[in-house]
Amino acid sequence: MSTLPITEADLHAYVDGALPDARRSEVEYYLERHPEEAGRLASYRSQNEALRALFDPVLDEPVPQRLLRRPPTLMRYAAVVAWLALGGILGWVAHDFGGVDMRADMPAWARRAAVAHVVYSPEVRHPVEVAADQEAHLVTWLSKRLGTDLKVPQLSALGYGLVGGRLLPGESGPVAQFMYQDGKGQRLTLYVRTNAGDTRETAFRFARENNVGVFYWLDRKLGYALSGEMDKQELLRVATAVYRQLNP
Amino acid sequence: MNEFGTQVEQLIPRLRRYARALTGERSVADDLVQDTLERAWNKLHLWRRGSDLRAWLFTIMHNTHVNQVRSRASAMLVPLDDEMHDAPVRATQSDMLEVRDLETALQRLPDEQREVLLLIALERLSYEEAAKALGIPLGTVMSRLHRARERLRTVLEGAPNAGASLKVVK
Repeated sequence: MSTLPITEADLHAYVDGALPDARRSEVEYYLERHPEEAGRLASYRSQNEALRALFDPVLDEPVPQRLLRRPPTLMRYAAVVAWLALGGILGWVAHDFGGVDMRADMPAWARRAAVAHVVYSPEVRHPVEVAADQEAHLVTWLSKRLGTDLKVPQLSALGYGLVGGRLLPGESGPVAQFMYQDGKGQRLTLYVRTNAGDTRETAFRFARENNVGVFYWLDRKLGYALSGEMDKQELLRVATAVYRQLNP
Repeated sequence: MNEFGTQVEQLIPRLRRYARALTGERSVADDLVQDTLERAWNKLHLWRRGSDLRAWLFTIMHNTHVNQVRSRASAMLVPLDDEMHDAPVRATQSDMLEVRDLETALQRLPDEQREVLLLIALERLSYEEAAKALGIPLGTVMSRLHRARERLRTVLEGAPNAGASLKVVK
């Protein structure tokens, strides 16, 4: 047999059943001629068996209830969704009955942005429709659907990389959502809608829907809402950078 | 998200088994599992679907454990819990002695050696998976595994320690 010297790593892999067949035969051949090594490996193998015999019964124990509890973050998430939905319904009902906006401090479109943030930012599998690796396509596509040239702010200098974007239904047509994420997985979304004739410019306004902070502003043809579950200062820092990039 | 929850719940018995072997105490182990699960839920968006959820959870458990060991005072009070005493032992008298010896010897291993040994021997992770879960190079996995096994062998069989480093034996 021609072979590479048998290493200590081979011997452990032999014990753990991790060797390819050919190599296993070589180790067996080696062990036949080195009984003291064979004895040592038998001892390792019986350690494996003893450990399993000792701790496998844990698998059959009933799992304590406290480990099956619903995680608090999910409860919070559900609460935010319920709260936002209720706000939306109440606002809509009130609107229907007397034209009174229940939450006059936050326009409906900005609240939609907050809802969209809550819905999509925890998404694991499909956080975006078009990922950042196809950024050019993303911009072309969303620009076409919104009927205006969109720009995607680059926030990597602030620690937020682009995840991608998606198209969403707005109050009166398509809107765009861009998603960003920092190194710790904290996500931000930038919601962009067209203003349909309204060409005002407004200052930054801030609103908070439970944990979600939203900075929103109108900038001629477009309305922007930046949402994130973070403190106001951090969100303002990002919103300022977004504004500067869009208005160089 | 529900799918994630179901998958996580299916893995809880295995997390408990590993935590029990790692910490040696039922209540400490379940605290570790609970902390691990909470962290996992918080980091849910970081998990890439299709990647190995079990290895990911072991990574989180490892980090949680390292933090706890670091911050824990040298002596620790464990709440008295009757369940703690029904250790999973169903064996004859002489076997019981060996089982106790094994438990004791295992707990006396340095943490980093015990982790490697348990991930491989008990949880049957591949060497590569263990290296990834613990964030260490493959070579370090092999040398820790070797030291752990030799140490247990020395303690349990009174064998002479064959040397602590990896070597070419042929």
